[in-house]
Amino acid sequence: MSKIVKTVAVAGAVAAALAAHTTTATAMEKEKCYGVSMAGKNDCAAGPGTTCAGTSTVDYQGNAWTLVDAGTCAEIELPDGRMGSLEALERDLPQG
Amino acid sequence: MTRQTEFRTALLDAAQPQPEGLSDGKGRPAGRRYNVYRNNVAVSLSEALETGFPAVAKLIGAENFRNIAGLYLRQSPPESPRMMLYGRGFGEFLDGFAPLAKYPYLGDVARLEFGLRESYHAADSTPIDPAALGIDPERLMASMLTLAPSLRILRSPFPVVSLWRYNMEPGAPKPTAEPQDALILRAEFDPEPHLLPPGGAQFIEALLCGETLGAAYEAGLARTDAFDLSAMLTLLLGGNAITSLEEPTP
Amino acid sequence: MLDARHAHTVLPNAPGVGYKPQHFSEILQDVRPVEWLEIHAENYMGDGGRPLAQLRALSERFAISVHGVGLSIGGESPLDADHLARLKHLCDWLQPASFSEHLAWSTHDSHFLNDLLPLPYTDATLTRICDHIDQLQEVIGRKMLLENPSSYLAFDESTWEEPAFLDEVARRTGCGLLLDVNNVFVSATNLGFSPQAYIDAYPLDRVGEIHLGGHDEDEDDHGAPLLIDSHGREVVDPVWALLDYTLERSGPRPLLIEWDTDVPDWPVLADEARRAETALARMTEAVPA
Repeated sequence: MSKIVKTVAVAGAVAAALAAHTTTATAMEKEKCYGVSMAGKNDCAAGPGTTCAGTSTVDYQGNAWTLVDAGTCAEIELPDGRMGSLEALERDLPQG
Repeated sequence: MTRQTEFRTALLDAAQPQPEGLSDGKGRPAGRRYNVYRNNVAVSLSEALETGFPAVAKLIGAENFRNIAGLYLRQSPPESPRMMLYGRGFGEFLDGFAPLAKYPYLGDVARLEFGLRESYHAADSTPIDPAALGIDPERLMASMLTLAPSLRILRSPFPVVSLWRYNMEPGAPKPTAEPQDALILRAEFDPEPHLLPPGGAQFIEALLCGETLGAAYEAGLARTDAFDLSAMLTLLLGGNAITSLEEPTP
Repeated sequence: MLDARHAHTVLPNAPGVGYKPQHFSEILQDVRPVEWLEIHAENYMGDGGRPLAQLRALSERFAISVHGVGLSIGGESPLDADHLARLKHLCDWLQPASFSEHLAWSTHDSHFLNDLLPLPYTDATLTRICDHIDQLQEVIGRKMLLENPSSYLAFDESTWEEPAFLDEVARRTGCGLLLDVNNVFVSATNLGFSPQAYIDAYPLDRVGEIHLGGHDEDEDDHGAPLLIDSHGREVVDPVWALLDYTLERSGPRPLLIEWDTDVPDWPVLADEARRAETALARMTEAVPA
C-alpha cells in the first residue's frame, strides 16, 4: 500500500473516530456488575478482599471427589482444543 | 520444626496430625477446635477464588469449582496479603488439570477474569483530548501513542470473550468455535472486555511495544487488508485508553 | 497520586462502621449516627481505580481508621518489608486517624494463609511481637493499636494471661490497644474464663478503639459451646452488656461495628451503630460531668 493511500486512510479513520467518540459520565458509586453470582455484591470486579472474620462453614478436608456434570460447560458445544488451536496458528501467520 | 511450620502444615493438610500442646483451655485436647482454623483458611481462600473467577465457576458449576479451588489453594496458597492478587496462576493450573482436559478454554477464561481484576486495580490515567489526533496525518503516523495502565490484551485460540459473556451477561448468545482476542479497557472504574477485530491484537501489541501509529497500522494491515483503523481508534478513545500522543521531533 | 485533604486526626468517641463499598452512596447521603469509618489496609493497596477513588472521597468527610489484617505481627518470620512499605505509603497519603493490627500471625514461609492465627503467650513471643511493633511504628512514623484475638484453643506453653501480655507489649512499645469485646466474649466462652474478669485485668487506659461484631455458635467435641467470630450478624445482647461493663470502667471510646460476611443493607448496619450510640449516651448520663 502506498504512503499516499495510507495517509488518506489515516485522515479518514481519525475523522470517523473523533465523530464517534463521546464522553462518559463519572460514576464513582455505580458499579457495573455481571451475572447472577454477583447479586448483592457491589465491589464485584474488585475480586477477593481481605477478612478478619472466621467462618462456621466446614470445608477443610480436601478429600477425593469426582467431577459432576454441572455448569454451563455442558451446554456449550465447542470442539476440544485442537481445532481452535489450529485456527489460531493459521491466523497468526503473516499474510501477503 | 517450628510451632508455626507445624501449625501451617496441618492447616493445609487435614491428613496431618494436629500440632501437639493445644487444649480447650480446660485441660482437654483441642480436637475439632483446631479445625476452626482449617476451615477459616480453606473456606476463605476458596471463596476468594469464587469471587475472583465467577465465569469459570459458572462454566464448571459451583460444586466442581469448590473442589478444584480446594486443590489449588493447597498447592498455591497466596504469596501476598493483597488478596486482590490471588489467583494469578489459576489459569495455568486449569490448563494442566487433566480431568478438565475436554474444556481446554477454561484457562483462558480464568486469564480474562484475572485481567479484568488487574485492570480494576490498575493506576488511574488521564486520557488525551481526542482532538489531539487531528494533526497532519503524516505526523500522526510517525507519532507514538501511550496506552492506559488499565489496558490488558489476551489472545486466545478459543472464543474467550463469548464464553465470558455467555456466563456473565444475561441473554448473551452461545459461543461458537472461533479464536478470539480480547481487549480489556477501563473507561473510568469498570473494566470491560471487548472483542478485537482481525488485526486488532497486532495493532495494540505494536503500540504497546512503542511502535509508531503508522507501524502499528502496518501490523494490523499485515494481518488483514480489512483492518479497520477507525474502529480501533474509536474503541481506544471510547475506553479512555490513549493517555499520550508523542509527536515526532522535527 | 492521591492526596489527602482532611483534618480528622483522631477517632471521635462515637460510632463507626467497617466500610463496605456497597454502602458508598448511602454513606455520602445520610450516615447518622456514624461518624467514622474503618477500612482494611490490604484492600486499598492497588495502584488506582474505584477503591482508592472512593477512599479519597470518604476521607474528605470522615475520620478513617486503617485496620491491617495481613502484616503477621506475630509471625516467626521477619516482617515483609514490601508490605511495611505499602502500609507506610497508605498512611502517608491517607493520614488516617488511627492505624491498628492484630495480635496474630498469618504469613509463614512467604505463604499468606488469610486467617488470624493464634499465638502462645510466652516471653519469646512477647519479645518477637515487640520487635515487630517497634519496626512497624518506626516505618510508618506513628503509634499503632494492637487488637486482642478471638481464641478457639489454648497453647500449653503459654505463661502469660492475654490481658497482661497485651499490657506488657503496650508498655514496651508504646503502642495503644484495640479492645474487641466480641472477641473477649468469644474467647471467654470458648476457653471457659469470665469475660468480666478479663476486662477487669485489661489495661483500659490504653484503649484507643473498641470493636463489636456478631459471632456464630458451634460446639466442640464435648458439646461445649464453640463460638466462631464470623462478623456475619448482629451483635448479641451479652456482648452489648459486656460493652456497657467496659465503658463504665473505661469511659467513652470510639466504637466500631464490624460486619464482614453476609453484609446487610445499610439500614441494618445503621441500626447497630445507633445501638452503639445509645451505649455511649447511657454512659455519659451515668457519669456526672
